[in-house]
Amino acid sequence: MTRRLDILARAAQFQAVFLEQGATVVEADVLQSADTLLDLYGEDIRARAYVTSDPLRGEQMLRPDFTVPVVQMHMDHGAEPARYTYNGVVFRRQEDDPSRANEYIQVGYEVFDRSNPAQTDAEVFALIHRALGDAPVRAATGDIGILTAAVMGLKTTDRRKRALMRHIWRPRRFRALMNRFSGRAGDVDSRIALLAKSDPMAGAGPLLGLRSRAEIIERIDALHQDAAADPISAQEVELIDAILRVSETCPYAIQQLRDIAVDLPAISVAIDRLSARTDALSVQGIDVDTLMFEASYGRTSMEYYDGFVFGFHAADRADLSPIATGGRYDALTRRLGHGQEIPAVGGVIRPDLVLEITSDKTGGAQ
Amino acid sequence: MTIKLGVPSKGRLMEKTFDWFAARGISLSRSGSDREYAGRVDGIDGVELVLLSAGEIPRELAAGRIHLGVTGTDLIREKLSQWDQRVQMLVELGFGHADLIIAVPNCWVDVDTLDDLDAAAAAFRAHHGFRMRIATKYHRLVREHLKTVGVADYQIVDSQGATEGTVKNETAEAIADITSSGETLRANHLKILSDGLILKSQASLFRSRYGELDAYDQAVMQKLMQLLGL
Repeated sequence: MTRRLDILARAAQFQAVFLEQGATVVEADVLQSADTLLDLYGEDIRARAYVTSDPLRGEQMLRPDFTVPVVQMHMDHGAEPARYTYNGVVFRRQEDDPSRANEYIQVGYEVFDRSNPAQTDAEVFALIHRALGDAPVRAATGDIGILTAAVMGLKTTDRRKRALMRHIWRPRRFRALMNRFSGRAGDVDSRIALLAKSDPMAGAGPLLGLRSRAEIIERIDALHQDAAADPISAQEVELIDAILRVSETCPYAIQQLRDIAVDLPAISVAIDRLSARTDALSVQGIDVDTLMFEASYGRTSMEYYDGFVFGFHAADRADLSPIATGGRYDALTRRLGHGQEIPAVGGVIRPDLVLEITSDKTGGAQ
Repeated sequence: MTIKLGVPSKGRLMEKTFDWFAARGISLSRSGSDREYAGRVDGIDGVELVLLSAGEIPRELAAGRIHLGVTGTDLIREKLSQWDQRVQMLVELGFGHADLIIAVPNCWVDVDTLDDLDAAAAAFRAHHGFRMRIATKYHRLVREHLKTVGVADYQIVDSQGATEGTVKNETAEAIADITSSGETLRANHLKILSDGLILKSQASLFRSRYGELDAYDQAVMQKLMQLLGL
């Protein structure tokens, strides 16, 4: 019980820092519409969130985070620009690791502001950095926007770009698609046979289910068009790989990316944004010369974060989840906004983990 | 105390299990009437037969309420997370073979691999406004597998029986189910994806990693393992 009170006290301290910055306190329902979350994250969310139901409202989920309800609230009736803070319990289903908490407090800070993305990115990072004080953490940053700009800049068909964009956050499928589109991996026999047939529907048997004959023919046509398209060049594949390998302190990372941009100019604008953000971080007092930048950071765990991403990890406790995480999620506001879009960036701190890694965790015990 | 051995309470799985133990000098049988789920064990003292539904055996093993149990690897892996830390697989029994697979309609001539399924799912969602439905009772195994290989834009719909019929009834577009010969799939105009095998399963004997044994039970367990050649 004492420990829980300690966590609540620590959470209140963090929120005080966010309030000082001018944030408004917001609340969110514990029970969230399962439809919305399933729509966003697909079936995978069931492995991470608790699902419950009643005959009236159907499936509901215990909130796995605050981001979605805060975005919905802001888009329904928020004034701009806005800064919000929240402090409450989130619930995470655990299937594999009994040491991970399934219920813990998150204290968050979210900014909806169209004016200057580099500055708001830096504001959120610097604020969380400051709030964590001398807790033994190391920070890592990334920017999904570099990879998406690279994909959009490939000299290939729009359909291939869309397919790659759809799997930006699933590295294994992304890699498989790159291998296929570049000809590194040959087509499987079944596809070669299918494309060789003059009447592919011959001998297909009865039509069954909702997927219509027209949909099947449409996909076969798409496969024909794709087979006729030039492969993505080995040089472009190597450039994407080179981007994903970038893992350096910010100044060196920018330099490496500039070198890559000589052959892939489509990423130049994204690098300019990274560069402007790095300058803004420096103005906020962050030592960017030692701050790490990893181009693939957050790619597996932060779906819909499509620009700046960051995490603070326990310096010598690799077993712990990140102490604080955050980033820019314009893509999420686009998905939830039905056509509207609001540039948004935010971050959360886990006070329970901060207590675990700071020496004052026993303070107040007994 | 006794060593509790959980065995499926009906059908071929029960009979084959009885045969397997009989071949090793242990006679298992149902006592009383055919409808009563009570059992007896001959050939060794201190072992109690518990007849259960095969689907409940994983849970009972994990809770330590039975010490040994016979069930399919598919059920153990679906129902127990970190299964290998909760039960120990002692031996595969050589029957009850079943593969958990993903199948789609024969008429989907453009879909042969999971890569195809993923692309078809994206197009299906764009056309129909909802995610492609996969009917199964193996929610966790299917979800974990599709996450690992990176298939998106699908949803799992629960189907506890007659899963092969869901596509014809238009309550699902594809299925994930266990199959032994594939005959039911063929009869329902479905085909297995060439890389659609999720898990190969067969009836196996498991030992719970929970549940304390006293000295007498330990001796019984040792003797039982000797008889079973384990």
